[in-house]
Amino acid sequence: MMNGRAIRAIVRKDLKVVLQSKAVLIPLIMVPLILLVIIPAVGGLLLANTDPSSPAITDFRRETGAFFDNLPGTINDRLQQYDSEVQRITYVVFNLYFPAMYLLLPTMVANVIAADSFAGEKERKTLEALIYTPTTDRELYVAKLISPWLAGVGVGWIGYIAFALIVTLTTWSLMGGVFVFDLAWLLLILWVTPAAAGIGLGAMVLVSSRVSTFQEAYQLGGVVVVPVLLLLFGQLGGVVYFSPLVAFVVGAILWAITVALIVYGARTFHRGELMARL
Amino acid sequence: MTSQAIQTQGLTRRFGATTAVDHLSLTVETGEIFGFLGHNGAGKTTTVRLLNGVLGADGGDIRVLGLDPAADGPKLRARTGVLTETPSLDERLSAVDNLTIYADLYAVPTGEVNGRVNGILETFGLAERGREKVGGYSKGMKQRLALARAFLHQPDLLFLDEPTAGLDPVATQEVHDMILHVSREEGRTVFLCTHNLVEAQRLCHRVAVMEQGQMVAVGTPRELAHTIGADMRFTLEIAPDQVETARAAVIPLAAVSAVETTDAELTLTVNDREAVPDLLAALQAAHVRVYAVIPQQTSLEDIYMALHRRKGQA
Repeated sequence: MMNGRAIRAIVRKDLKVVLQSKAVLIPLIMVPLILLVIIPAVGGLLLANTDPSSPAITDFRRETGAFFDNLPGTINDRLQQYDSEVQRITYVVFNLYFPAMYLLLPTMVANVIAADSFAGEKERKTLEALIYTPTTDRELYVAKLISPWLAGVGVGWIGYIAFALIVTLTTWSLMGGVFVFDLAWLLLILWVTPAAAGIGLGAMVLVSSRVSTFQEAYQLGGVVVVPVLLLLFGQLGGVVYFSPLVAFVVGAILWAITVALIVYGARTFHRGELMARL
Repeated sequence: MTSQAIQTQGLTRRFGATTAVDHLSLTVETGEIFGFLGHNGAGKTTTVRLLNGVLGADGGDIRVLGLDPAADGPKLRARTGVLTETPSLDERLSAVDNLTIYADLYAVPTGEVNGRVNGILETFGLAERGREKVGGYSKGMKQRLALARAFLHQPDLLFLDEPTAGLDPVATQEVHDMILHVSREEGRTVFLCTHNLVEAQRLCHRVAVMEQGQMVAVGTPRELAHTIGADMRFTLEIAPDQVETARAAVIPLAAVSAVETTDAELTLTVNDREAVPDLLAALQAAHVRVYAVIPQQTSLEDIYMALHRRKGQA
């Protein structure tokens, strides 16, 4: 039976400490703000105010012809419901390009906070007192995982709400309603986001035991965003299309990697090892 | 409750080719203030880690508060408080936050947390600045807060690593009083790691001296002085006009190893207390009038340095 009070105390401590650090907080605020608020707002306003007969639209449609022609049937069916090319482009931009970009968030947030929670604690020399507490190794490990994961998922979910609101409001005159919510988004939010946060912190568990500073951990652990970037480029290149099936498969792969990393981390997490390296 | 707070037998811990703790056998009685002396790297910190079960031993047996640290680590650590060498405080948080979090970690009853935190901040003179971030505290304040955290859950056994490092004389005195109080009035055991020999001499019932992972001596300062055969020093008060006569009378004695003189005093160092009656007889034979014989207690520092030299020669 794990000591819930002790775990909550460590989680509370880690989150409080993170909220007091500008080095950690600035990327945590700026990146979601740029990716999910500023870019969608600018994109939404531009698209909503574009003349459907504008040559720019015709040019864009011609240049991306292959991409549109190769879209799976379900997406094509959805696109046929729209009257104008601008509406179809708006749908594609926000429903096919943004999900992969969105996934960077929970991964990055969990990654940064885990770096601060594991390596940062070592760097600040606060780990020793924590190791002397009457927690078990497992309680310490679980507590250290929860705060980055909660933050990653929380920022992901809040980010999605902000994104959906911004996109809906800025394109209301063009799209006439909410168009960034369907089964694929639901899976992305409830299934893939927690897994993406998990992989962000799982990678950090591996890295942080080998480094001694937050910056080193952050830089090394940042490698974890590579699979998400591949997904993004795959999407842009027309290799993968965001759909419920893709969301489910991507989530399953991320969960598998996360579980493997966390189980491996649990086996190698011993306070004696940590203490010997202090 | 067992009368021994700590018992180790042949306790050994290696890091690669280095033996940090080498067959350490010691006993610390419940309620005792036990000094653990040694240079940096002597094995003091590693011993504290082993005794708290946060580091595994390579050999030997340990019982702390009747528990095996390796098997009952969490249960044991709930009853110990540790002041680490660095204060190990979250400087981005306030003193109240630091203590409240540790109150939860040490399972202080929920209804008592606020009262306990405020009370201990008051005791350690930090109440007025308890809501400020610890990063803005002076070194002495941080040290006091770290001490407060070690005392917070009222542990049976306190491990204090250099508890007065960085404190001014008044704060040092307060910490000394607190250590004496928890030992005498509350019956708690204190394991005091220190370089400060004056502090150890003032506070500790017994001390152990560590050198390169080995315990080279253990006992009360008096016992240690006797064990190592430390020279005995004493001062004689004599008439000012007889100082040179007295000096001439004692120098030929084989037991006298040093003579220091002032206007009306003669401070002698002898290698055997049995030499004292002979020495007084020699002075009497030389018609020197002795008004007082004042023994000079061998300080812990003298003992420590003697042990250190002995180890170096070995």
